[in-house]
This record gives sequence, structure tokens and C-alpha cells, in this order.
Amino acid sequence: MNDTQRKLIVSSSPHLHGDEDTRSIMLDVIVALIPALAVATYIFGVRALALALVCCAACVIFEWGYRFLLKKPDSVLDLSAVVTGLLLSYCLPVTVPLWAAVIGSGFAIIVVKQLFGGIGKNIMNPALAGRAFMFSWPVIMTHWVGPRAYSNFFDFSLADAVTGATPLAALFNGNLPEMTLLEKLVGQSGGSMGEISTFALLLGGIYLIWRGIISWRIPVIYTATVFIVAFLFPVGEIARFDWALWNICSGGLALGAIFMATDYTTSPVTSRGQVIYAVGCGLLTLFIRYFGSYPEGVSYAILVMNACTWLLDKAGKRKVYGEAH
Amino acid sequence: MRSFHGGIHPNDGKALSRNSPIELLAAPEQVVIPLSMHIGAPAKPRVSVGDSVSVGTVIGEAATGVAGISAPVHSSVSGSVSAVEERLHPNGRRIVSVVIDNDFRDTYDASVVPQVIDERDYSTDIIRILHAAGVVGMGGATFPAHYKLASGLNRADTLIINGAECEPFITSDHRVLLEDTDAVLRGIRHLRRALGLEKAILAVEANKADAITLLREKLKGTDDIEVRVLKTRYPQGSEKQLIQSVTGRLVPSGKLPADVNCVVFNVYTAWSLNQAIETGLPVIDRVVTVSGPGIVRPKNLRIRLGTPVRAALKAAGGLKEDTRKVLLGGPMMGNAIYDLDVPVIKGTNSIVALSPEQIHHNSEVEGSCIRCGRCISVCPMLLQPVYLYAYERKDKLDDLKKLNIMDCMECGSCAYTCPGRLHLVQAIRSGKAKIRALPQ
Repeated sequence: MNDTQRKLIVSSSPHLHGDEDTRSIMLDVIVALIPALAVATYIFGVRALALALVCCAACVIFEWGYRFLLKKPDSVLDLSAVVTGLLLSYCLPVTVPLWAAVIGSGFAIIVVKQLFGGIGKNIMNPALAGRAFMFSWPVIMTHWVGPRAYSNFFDFSLADAVTGATPLAALFNGNLPEMTLLEKLVGQSGGSMGEISTFALLLGGIYLIWRGIISWRIPVIYTATVFIVAFLFPVGEIARFDWALWNICSGGLALGAIFMATDYTTSPVTSRGQVIYAVGCGLLTLFIRYFGSYPEGVSYAILVMNACTWLLDKAGKRKVYGEAH
Repeated sequence: MRSFHGGIHPNDGKALSRNSPIELLAAPEQVVIPLSMHIGAPAKPRVSVGDSVSVGTVIGEAATGVAGISAPVHSSVSGSVSAVEERLHPNGRRIVSVVIDNDFRDTYDASVVPQVIDERDYSTDIIRILHAAGVVGMGGATFPAHYKLASGLNRADTLIINGAECEPFITSDHRVLLEDTDAVLRGIRHLRRALGLEKAILAVEANKADAITLLREKLKGTDDIEVRVLKTRYPQGSEKQLIQSVTGRLVPSGKLPADVNCVVFNVYTAWSLNQAIETGLPVIDRVVTVSGPGIVRPKNLRIRLGTPVRAALKAAGGLKEDTRKVLLGGPMMGNAIYDLDVPVIKGTNSIVALSPEQIHHNSEVEGSCIRCGRCISVCPMLLQPVYLYAYERKDKLDDLKKLNIMDCMECGSCAYTCPGRLHLVQAIRSGKAKIRALPQ
């Protein structure tokens, strides 16, 4: 072709673009979530894996269906619905009936995410809001089974599984849980299926920070806030250091601090805003743990702070280059 | 290494042309020289159709308008003026230009003689020479150099020579530093003396190791020019960011470098000053990198001003079959052109042709903002592109002003890094235009 026939494209600068896109980011988050799923499957049997898959499938189908019916461009390929599905399943007891998980997924995707305009527009974390909605059935949402309590790995119903208290429940009754801290960290404990192994979640968190997907700011400050405040106010006969340590290692804290509170859409974009947000998450978590009727503060703390995100961004506006100090 | 805030590190692609010595491109049969190749008022035509001109003849006189910010324009060939009319400028507008038919005799104008500098009034003489030679910011910003020097007189305590060359693909300053080191250093010393300073700082990005070694060798035993190695990070060569990296000072919004006692000149500006002093030649040509994955044989060329881009491309083996995007300037801040006959002008430091993959990447449909905050962490001006974008789309001009939208220099770091492929820079440009259009 000679140059007189050649049609040139004109567009606005910049003319180069980095390789990272929304899909690659979501893929990284999915990769970071795999260790926790592996532990959950080992501890609770095949049902854990099935629950995760059902939530993912439901989220993807709801997302696709909603946008298909409303004639909006399909967004399933950005993989954000898969992340929501995984995260929702992680904060459910493994025994939760699958129909309830499907309803929770529908609420998360349709009401919390799509009705607000889809990815990037929701004001609360869809997975956490879906979980909160599922507390319409408090009994099934608090039916905990102990680690490896099934009769065999493929026991899908978990009907015979031994029920067990979560470490956090024991803690707030004034007793140290009946397990070593190490057992808790590797996941030998009862609790929501994805939250049991702090180590597995931490591994995912380190991966996300290494890949530049999240910053250390929210998880570290959130956890530090919980540790410090718990250290100052121990409960019962428990030594304050043990108390503080168990507080950051139990419940959904690692899952919440690393994967939920760092959700881009519902956390501040300014670094100062992120600091206030993380401290707020920590304080609210403990407030609910100390004074709430049920000792699990992470998800509601994050949901409340989600709602403050816009305000925190305003408060967190930094001085621009060369602006008078 | 001290640096500026944020920034990005794209693949720089400089290996394509970094080792190609500067080649002379033969002058074309006809040059088209726009009378506006600088920031400020366009020059006024001083020739008419039929006039014969020589190399270095003034064809456009510096305007005396707004604060005297303007620059004269000279003929880059000898021959006769065949038209003075509006022609397509690389910026996409039609600008009054002088069209000259080359007689290939390359006779020099009588004014082209070596300059003698009055030792007693060094700065006045350098300012006069810069002005007469039409020297402007040769890094691409094209701000008249005489005006800049004058603004720094009695105020500047730091002279920075910008050899960062942070845009991908461009290697023209790098080659000049390697091949014409002494001329650049002499030019720097003239600027230093004009400002009455003991020392100048020549700032070079770490990716030009050979030039840094050579410069340090040449400067051994002297202490009036310091080579400062900078982190390879875009936009290191942006004036405000460079000042921050070198001195830690921040130029207040709407102020000039001189307000923080700094003056910054590009490497090639220093070279051009030296040429104007030693030979009397004004800016009639410049070194241009012709590179990018869409170019058959990337290279560095010395090109007469007014030469059509097409001729430069031909000298570099032409465009590849599938090339659909040609830029003047770098890929981050350069202009895409649609007509290959636009001329090479003073600010044309490079001609870059992109590959189809790069174009595809850039022209993907705008996605959704997921509020990841990457645009905020890379913004060297510490702005909040995500909110500038959102407010511009809703025409919230007051909010845009509160977020200092006018401080955006459109470096493109935000759009480069945005995973949602949002057209952030376009939105910001549009927001700025809306604010400028407001009744004052």
C-alpha cells in the first residue's frame, strides 16, 4: 500500500496503554483466594467446594441475565461476578442450604451491584451485603460445624457433622478457645468456610500486595487498630496479649481486612481516606464484638464504612503539587 | 535517587534507535515553514511570493504582542518563496506558513556569521542571540528561550539542563549528547555564565548509561557542570517534575520555574544556542528520532525545518504495511497526524509509528471506573483524575476547579494505567476547555 492510500487513525494522547485491565485484576484476586478455598475443602469436605461453585455460578448467571434482559452490554467477562460469588461463599457457614446461597447471590448481584449501575457503581460490598441479607435466616447462618467433623470427605449433606462453637464465640464468653493459636491459623477451627485459615488468607494478601493489586494500607491499619484497642481492653481472665492476638486471628478479620475492606469500589481512593476508613473498620469491628448481641463485627463494620467512602474521599483530598501548605 | 511523585514506567522502546548515529536527511525540493512553531504570538511574515531567501534569512518576524512571547522564524533552505498561505500544521490547524522552493545551492544569509559576546554584558548578549536565532524549548515545549532566560536573570540560583528524555522511543537528545557532547557542554556554559551561576546541573535519566559515562569523562577536572543521574520514570522530563527531582522544590500552581529560583533548558536548546554563537546559524534544522514498531528502519535524522514528515519516513525505510498511527512527539503526549505532508518543526523531537496491537489497546471501548485509585497514585501533580473524570461528565465545573484541574499537564500517566480504559485525559482536556470558556 502506498502512503497516499493509507488511512491514519487520529486519537487523543496518550497513545500507549498498560497491560493491566479489570479482568486481569479480578483474575489476580481469584488466584489470591484459592489457598483459602483449598483449606476450606480440606477442612469441611467437598461441600465447601460445591458451595463456592454454586455461589460463583449463581452470581455469573444473575449478572448475565440482568444485563441481557435490560439490554446492557455483557460484563460477565470482567470476572467481577466470580469474585463476588467466591467472597460470598467464603463468609457463609459451610452447612448453609444451597437455595439460600443462590438467593444471597441474587441479592448481591442484582440489588446491591446491578441496580446501582453495575461494576464500580455499588455503594456497598456486594458479597457482604448479600451475607447480611441472608441473616434473614439467622439459624442457618449460625449453624457451625467443627473442623473435619464430617464422616467422610464426600459427605455432601454434613448432616452427621458435629457442631462446634467458633473461636470468637468462646473468646467472648471469657475463655480461650479449645485449640492452639497455630491450629487456628492453619484453619483447624469452626467458622465461615473461607475465614478459618488466617495463613491461607495472608498468603493471598501477600500475593495481592506483591502484584500491586491492593496496598498494604487498609489490611495492616485495620488489623493494627483491632490489635491495639483489644490489647487495651481485655475481657475476663484472658491475658491482654493473648486476647489481642486471638482477636485479630479469629472471626472474619483476615478475610475482611484483606479481601472485603480493600474492595476498590467501596473503599476510598485517597490514601488519607483509606487510613481513616481502615481505623474506622477496626473500631467498629471491636465495638460490635464487645457490645453486639453476637460476636462478629467484621462484615457490618465494613458495610458501615463502605457507606462513608465518598465522604472519606472528600476528607482525604491531598494537597496537589505546589499547592500552598 | 530523589524523584517526583507517582509516574509510570512503560517499556521505553529506545533500543530501536539508541545506537543509530544521527544521519543527515537531504533537504527536500520544497519546505513549508509555519510561522508558529513556538508558544506565544505567531511570527509575522517578512517575505512575499517571489522573494529569494538564503539559509538563515528571517522569513517571520517575532511578534511584539503579549509580553513579547514570540520567536522569529528563518528559512531552512535557499531558494525562492512560492507561497505565503495557510497550510496544515502538525497540531491539526491551518497556520500561515512560508513555502520555499529549494534551489539546492545552500547559500547562507549575510546575517549568518559567528557571534562575538560582549564579556561585560554577557546575559544581554546571550538573550539577544537566543532571540535572534529563534531558539525555543527544543524538548518539544517550544517556549521562547530568550524569554525564559530573561525570567531567570537575578533570580535563578539553579540552572537545570534537561536531558531526561523520558518519553518512550525518543533518542534524539541521547544521540546529541553522545555525538556532539562538547557543543552541548559549551552551550550549557554560555547559559550558566549568562545567569551568573557557578554551576549547572545536567540531568539525565539512568537509562542513558553511555552518555553519562562520556559526560563524566569529559567533565573530569571541572566543577561547573554536574551530571545528575535521574531515575528512569515517566514524566521525569516534565519541567515541574524535573525541578522537584533535582532540587526538591515545587513550582506553585500558575507560577514559573523562576519563581522557585530555577531555570530549565533542554539539551538541544543548549546545543542550538552554541550553534547560534559559533556559526551564527539560527534554528533551521533539528535532530528527530524516527522510530516505533511501525517503522521499517528506525533511526535518528537531522532534518531541515519544513521538510514533510513523509520524506523523513521514507529515509527510515517507510511505514510498515499494517501501520495506522503516526505521531509527532512521543506516544504519551505526542499528536497523532492524519496527513503525512505536515512539516517537521522546531518542537518535533520524534516521529513515532505504532503497531496495530498498540493501537488496538488504545482504542478499546471505554469501560467502567472500578475506583481502583491507580490514576491517583500515578499522578505526578497529585491530582485525582478519577474525580476529575466524574465531575467533568456531570459538568460540575466548580468541583473541577476545587480539584485543581487546571494544574493537569496531560502527561497521560492516569490513562496509561487505568484498567477500565477510561478516557481520562480527554475528559480533563474537555473540563479545562469548559472552564476556560466561562465568562471571567
